[in-house]
Amino acid sequence: MSLPPVQKLLRQLPVGPTGWPKPPEDGGVAEEVTSPVLATEAGQPTCYSALRADELRPLAGTKPACPQDPLVMVALEEHDDLKEMLDSNKDSLKLEAMKRIVAMIARGKNASDLFPAVVKNVACKNIEVKKLVYVYLVRYAEEQQDLALLSISTFQRGLKDPNQLIRASALRVLSSIRVPIIVPIMMLAIKEAASDMSPYVRKTAAHAIPKLYSLDSDQKDQLIEVIEKLLADKTTLVAGSVVMAFEEVCPERIDLIHKNYRKLCNLLIDVEEWGQVVIINMLTRYARTQFLSPNQNESLLEENTEKAFYGSEEEDGKDAKAEAAMLAKCKPYVMDPDHRLLLRNTKPLLQSRNAAVVMAVAQLYFHLAPKAEVGVIAKALVRLLRSHSEVQYVVLQNVATMSIKRRGMFEPYLKSFYIRSTDPTQIKILKLEVLTNLANETNISTILREFQTYIRSMDKDFVAATIQAIGRCATNIGKVRDTCLNGLVQLLSNRDELVVAESVVVIKKLLQMQPAQHSEIIKHMAKLTDNIQVPMARASILWLIGEYCEHVPKIAPDVLRKMAKSFTNEEDIVKLQVINLAAKLYLTNSKQSKLLTQYVLNLAKYDQNYDIRDRARFIRQLIVPTEKSGALNKYAKKLFLAQKPAPILESSFKDRDHFQLGSLSHLLNAKAVGYQELPDWPDEAPDPSVRNVEVPEWTKCTSREKRKEKVEKPFYSDSEGESGPTESADSVTPPPVQPIPSSSIISTSLVTDLEGLTLTDSSLTPTLLSPAFSAVKTYELLHRMAGEGLAVEYCFSRRPFPGDPHMVAVQIQISNNTDTEVKNLRVNEPKPLSGMRIQEFPEIEHLAPGDTASVVMGIDFCDSTQAANFQLCTHTRQFYVSIQPPVGELMAPVFMSENEFKKEQGKLMGMSEITEKLMLSEKCQSDHTIVQQLTSAANVGRVPCGASNEYRFAAKTVTSGSLVLITLERREGSTAQLTINSEKMVIGTMLVKDIIQALAQ
Amino acid sequence: MIHSLFLINCSGDIFLEKHWKSVVSQSVCDYFFEAQEKAIDVENVPPVISTPHHYLISIYRDKIFFVSVIQTEVPPLFVIEFLHRVADTFQDYFGECSETAIKDNVVIVYELLEEMLDNGFPLATESNILKELIKPPTILRSVVNSITGSSNVGDTLPTGQLSNIPWRRAGVKYTNNEAYFDVIEEIDAIIDKSGSTVFAEIQGVIDSCIKLSGMPDLSLSFMNPRLLDDVSFHPCIRFKRWESERVLSFIPPDGNFRLISYRVSSQNLVAIPVYVKHMISFKENTSSGRFDVTIGPKQNMGKTVEGVVMTVHMPKAVLNMNLTATQGSYTFDPVTKVLTWDVGKITPQKLPNLKGMVNLQSGAPKPEENPSLNIQFKIQQLAISGLKVNRLDMYGEKYKPFKGVKYITKAGKFQVRT
Repeated sequence: MSLPPVQKLLRQLPVGPTGWPKPPEDGGVAEEVTSPVLATEAGQPTCYSALRADELRPLAGTKPACPQDPLVMVALEEHDDLKEMLDSNKDSLKLEAMKRIVAMIARGKNASDLFPAVVKNVACKNIEVKKLVYVYLVRYAEEQQDLALLSISTFQRGLKDPNQLIRASALRVLSSIRVPIIVPIMMLAIKEAASDMSPYVRKTAAHAIPKLYSLDSDQKDQLIEVIEKLLADKTTLVAGSVVMAFEEVCPERIDLIHKNYRKLCNLLIDVEEWGQVVIINMLTRYARTQFLSPNQNESLLEENTEKAFYGSEEEDGKDAKAEAAMLAKCKPYVMDPDHRLLLRNTKPLLQSRNAAVVMAVAQLYFHLAPKAEVGVIAKALVRLLRSHSEVQYVVLQNVATMSIKRRGMFEPYLKSFYIRSTDPTQIKILKLEVLTNLANETNISTILREFQTYIRSMDKDFVAATIQAIGRCATNIGKVRDTCLNGLVQLLSNRDELVVAESVVVIKKLLQMQPAQHSEIIKHMAKLTDNIQVPMARASILWLIGEYCEHVPKIAPDVLRKMAKSFTNEEDIVKLQVINLAAKLYLTNSKQSKLLTQYVLNLAKYDQNYDIRDRARFIRQLIVPTEKSGALNKYAKKLFLAQKPAPILESSFKDRDHFQLGSLSHLLNAKAVGYQELPDWPDEAPDPSVRNVEVPEWTKCTSREKRKEKVEKPFYSDSEGESGPTESADSVTPPPVQPIPSSSIISTSLVTDLEGLTLTDSSLTPTLLSPAFSAVKTYELLHRMAGEGLAVEYCFSRRPFPGDPHMVAVQIQISNNTDTEVKNLRVNEPKPLSGMRIQEFPEIEHLAPGDTASVVMGIDFCDSTQAANFQLCTHTRQFYVSIQPPVGELMAPVFMSENEFKKEQGKLMGMSEITEKLMLSEKCQSDHTIVQQLTSAANVGRVPCGASNEYRFAAKTVTSGSLVLITLERREGSTAQLTINSEKMVIGTMLVKDIIQALAQ
Repeated sequence: MIHSLFLINCSGDIFLEKHWKSVVSQSVCDYFFEAQEKAIDVENVPPVISTPHHYLISIYRDKIFFVSVIQTEVPPLFVIEFLHRVADTFQDYFGECSETAIKDNVVIVYELLEEMLDNGFPLATESNILKELIKPPTILRSVVNSITGSSNVGDTLPTGQLSNIPWRRAGVKYTNNEAYFDVIEEIDAIIDKSGSTVFAEIQGVIDSCIKLSGMPDLSLSFMNPRLLDDVSFHPCIRFKRWESERVLSFIPPDGNFRLISYRVSSQNLVAIPVYVKHMISFKENTSSGRFDVTIGPKQNMGKTVEGVVMTVHMPKAVLNMNLTATQGSYTFDPVTKVLTWDVGKITPQKLPNLKGMVNLQSGAPKPEENPSLNIQFKIQQLAISGLKVNRLDMYGEKYKPFKGVKYITKAGKFQVRT
């Protein structure tokens, strides 16, 4: 709008292909006023157009053309014409007008003055007109906020429409109108849509969240609540969009992911491709915070087989350290089953047709997989090299980074990186980078042969890059250094100056490694100073001669003589090197070069560049002995001719992998706005049980969705006629507990052996518990005082007890606070009541002072809250202890659909039903806290529920397997009604009491 | 994610802009023009450009730059892949993705862009869904529309978007039910000076055209599925069936789509169907050179090699070429220095040959490198890898479809170094 009016009008001129010529009349302004919808609001636009018409007159007058400048008139008419068409009754005219307006917008022309005329068509019946009005509205609402408000009521009505797609589209447009005043309305609409029946509307709600957030970031807390709710959604349609919202609004709230982690992993394959990318990237970050590095002590699992092949020296070093650390700890690494789940479920996506998905999986494997498994991504990445050149560009950048760390992975595909003369230069250079990274003793000869072809290319930038690549190969692989050097020296006689220059620079670097043997080459290069003009190359030659002037005692002074002659015409970097050369010669061979040096220094003294003047002054003081010169003079020779370390030629892609691969930041090698750092692996794994879910099995959706699923079978996760532990999302029944790792690397028996150790790994000390997981309460078994320094605590880990499904697993933590070793710690003489069984933990042979041990024992409580009594013995003492389970721990969650729940509930009426009213405490007002409180009080699984004020949970008692169904219904205020259906009445009554206590606290 | 999109033609005009969030001024494209100028060649414009406030990610397709404006971290491939999907959609709708086609259909383009992204995040990119939302323009429809005033925006809202097979539209009906599969294999190769193969690989795709009513569930099996080394799938394919049985089982989208693309393992030797004999030399003193190329068939399994075209980017010093072709015709463009020889079909009895003199710029040094020859050819009814479709079965529907499979081998990036 900052354009001068004439220019603005001129820009608007070619509006439509056909101008509807229309006799000029004053109607244009009047029409707007008569418009019924805008009667009250029309003031502003009227002024606006009137003003414009006024402006026009003097402008037209100043122009040499007549007052009826045809161009200007047409522009006015055109818009009046459009307004008239928009006001007409015919949809076809409206449509035509809207099409012309949209064409204007598309070309970046300003059509904002039509706003009032357009906005009143927002409720038009014709769907195409309506859509185009939406396009217009979203584009200009920000500029015309007051008028945009007129349209809001239409959308609010749309939000209540019975048709889900209309609801969705209303929400979509409403949330796209960037007018801060409607923030509360948007918030309300989003909240409502988030619990809509239709997954499509919920998806739209997820899309709306970042829009609202960018409009008003103060809404963050409320939005996080909505995100939390949507994250729990079980449909593939919503998953991608809500994770996107999560990433934009609250990527730091990693705790929201815990409960949804397994569901997301299982859903992943059926999510649409764009959502997959976002989810995979987020899960990569998540996994980095929650699991242990799989490579820290991989040697134990891989038996060193892969290491020699894949590992670079550096990594081996790291391994050795890790190994030592591991031996010290004596803790073998077992991959968290959730970590394995992620790797397993993302692998098929390497086969996606979408390059972004393939890249996302590749980076996930690169950052998370054990070294031996990373190799699978190479093939898929190489496949992407057949794609569009932009895709190639990005993929090659990432391959370049990966190939530094994991060279072996791409070696079999070496030839896929060969360069064709038709590749764009930027692709050629990246391929060259990869080839150089892949070079090793075995393949270097093939690579060098290939490089020889490249050197003759017509593309000079590429040739220069090839020469540098040769230099890098030569430094990295000692065997071929001489061959490379000879090749490069031959290039010195190349006709192209750029090639020669580049070769000189590279040779200089190579010679620094072993100068003594190559004085011939230095002589040869000295001769080049006559011809070669590229400053960098001249500077390099001069430096070489200066540095090794002792090897070429005759030539060096002569070169200096020539350079002194041409000094004034040289580039700055050359001048500096001339000064250096002079200084070095003066120190080694002052007889021949004294005068020359003086001459050069005098020239430099009056140079235009202050760096050069500075340098000259500094060097003169340093090397020419005067009475004033200080102590440094003596050391001048040492200063100038010290042994200099040879440069290390390394890839510019080194260390780029601290950026998450595939990210924009990695590509730019700079942190982009909004980049989320990839965290380092934790030293101790955070509590894995936070991912245990109370949410029911995702596949069993509400009945409606289930019906649909029957009609349209889900793909990939196709369950038909298939069995066995597979990737299929259907066949994996996500238990609420940690499944035993079925990793093929270790045998099952080994797993059982390691079971105890795994638990130690996950260190369930209360202090380490993440706040999100409140379900685990610890109880005291033996106080430090009573136990004479031996403190024992226990908690219910809510995992199935391995070996016996009818037992409750009790995690026992024993810490030795005495100053002597405790030996032979074991369970003795369990005195169970009738029917109760106790599976003791394996004897702990010794527990050093200050140490803590964690063991698991299984107890079958026979569905009663009677305490289990036993003796805890050490080599000296025995203690009588008892474990009394809270009723909520006597059950395990089951997952069922809403319908099944209702069916089962129907069977458990009458005597089996207990109903109680309760007041919810202040902190138990949000859905989240209610569910959390309830699930911490009892080990139950959540059942989906259509009504938003109702919560359902289900569980089975551990011993007898009888169902316990819990329904909590919220009433007005903070009252609620709790119903429990179970044939175990005693359990029911006790559970009611416990839950009420938990919720009313 | 994606903030705005600008479409720019080769002469640097921004002919379309679309914003999904607040408006970003066109002036942001100046950074792009700057990079374009620096790159000299269109294909060397870096796909990702960083500017003080935005990042520009661009692709170049059919003489149009699609420049998207990004404000925060996003995987670059995500954007690139999406932009290509946009270009594919235009291609699908208008038959070509050219500036004129986009300008002529600007309203449809705008409607499409509106549906494809919501707040910069992809919403509907499946062509089947989009076609239900916005009908592609046809002459007949535009005539009907102008008379009846109906529109090409669908008023029934697509159900596909709600299902878990979003790629297929509902209620498909055909009188002739047909399913066609084109197995297309391309040979990528680099042949060195002496005629030996430096690198050769077969890249294949199966493009399908499926016009079947209802919800057919197809499974396609191969005689020799183990040949396929690395496969990427259309989302419709059930991955697990492939893993366990090596059968492609899927409910297809309606219409044309790419079912799989695959690579034949590089361990297998690739039979190169043609050989090239060449003699190219430049002489400095006379500023001329000789050019002599013969192409012949080799191991072609009884099939004829046809559609042979050779393109050569001659060095800059070449002024003109004076050649005679025993078969086909040649052109040399003295501006771009591209020599094109359209050979046609190769008959083994009489091998096509192109030879003659090359005129060089006088005084200029002779070119150091001989140009490499890019060869294109086609062999009908042959999949060079030997891949064979075994059978196609259909479940879920009662009718009997007509099925067809076509094989074709082509040269991909086939380059002969000289």
